[in-house]
Amino acid sequence: MNKIESNKGWFFVLPVFIVVAFSAVIPLMTVVNYSVQDVFDANTRFFTGTEWYREMLNNPQLQSALVRQFAFSFTILLIEVPLGIAVALMMPKKGWQASLALVLVSLPLLIPLNVVGTIWQLFTRGDIGLMGWGLRELGYAYNISRNSGDAWATIILMDVWHWTPLIALLCYSGLRAIPEAYYQAARIDQASRWAVFRHIQLPKLTNVLVIGVLIRFMDSFMIYAEPFVLTGGGPGSSTTFLSQALTAMAIGQFDLGPAAAFSIIYFLIILLVSWIFYTTIMHMQKDKTINK
Amino acid sequence: MNWMVWTVPTAGFFSTIALILAGMTVWQYFSPSIERKGFLPISTTRGDRLFIGLLSSAYIHLGIVGFTEFHVLVATAISVVWIVVLMRWG
Repeated sequence: MNKIESNKGWFFVLPVFIVVAFSAVIPLMTVVNYSVQDVFDANTRFFTGTEWYREMLNNPQLQSALVRQFAFSFTILLIEVPLGIAVALMMPKKGWQASLALVLVSLPLLIPLNVVGTIWQLFTRGDIGLMGWGLRELGYAYNISRNSGDAWATIILMDVWHWTPLIALLCYSGLRAIPEAYYQAARIDQASRWAVFRHIQLPKLTNVLVIGVLIRFMDSFMIYAEPFVLTGGGPGSSTTFLSQALTAMAIGQFDLGPAAAFSIIYFLIILLVSWIFYTTIMHMQKDKTINK
Repeated sequence: MNWMVWTVPTAGFFSTIALILAGMTVWQYFSPSIERKGFLPISTTRGDRLFIGLLSSAYIHLGIVGFTEFHVLVATAISVVWIVVLMRWG
């Protein structure tokens, strides 16, 4: 079969292509350029080749930030995805209750990131914060600026509070899109609640979950403002994630070359993990349809 | 173009990528790719294999530059062989 699709439509995409070139491709090329040089200003620069990459890959601070970053991202995914599905399943399906639930659930999503950090900063303070004060009154010496375990738990809790609604909303829309006939068939078969979930709802949710997991992974991998406001990366560097380590280097020390090399490595990691997620889930689905 | 602080190696790198993409477009136009399964665990089109090849080449470069004493061109040579193998049998 030698049929080929008409490719004239691509010309209509040209304006977008130009915009994307200026907003994404050219900046990225500049970063690549910086990563192989030691740039002081437009006229004073030295070619360093792969030296920055070697330095960054062997930098113990960045290595531990990377490990922390993976631990963080996978922890919040493990909590947020099941929790989001559960919330979506429990949300009312119609009437004013549904609208009310939607508004309430999506409230955290409307709050800017640094405000979320501030809210939790206040919330966890020992003197005036409800959670900090409450935990102390209960006899637990809660302190996010001293105890790294507390800091971690609080950041994870904050992220779960802020972003579970996204998964819940995506799943809610996915659940609403399932035709009633599936449920009728399940009732005729006297399927249990679990069987309905396992064989009707979950498969139908795969697509929105792929998007949800990808967005949450990429976003959490780039998390910056919230821990920066809440803990400032501390105590010590126990909650310093990748983007904060990167900013400290690029802005704080103005080491553009190493920061650029590190950005490229960062980008490659996100690209690889996102691609693996996407391909795995898409192929699981494809195999399923072939088996049927 | 001085503000973009071009160097010869980066200009060469981006030109090569652009040429590969243009070449793939022409190839696709004259003989459309068919999805098939090679030694990779998933069935892929030509473009998928190129993407996998380029991404894994980036990691080959990082690995060799970061953790061995070999010159970066060794990594490039390995990557070229790897991409050819991947495109043909992947």
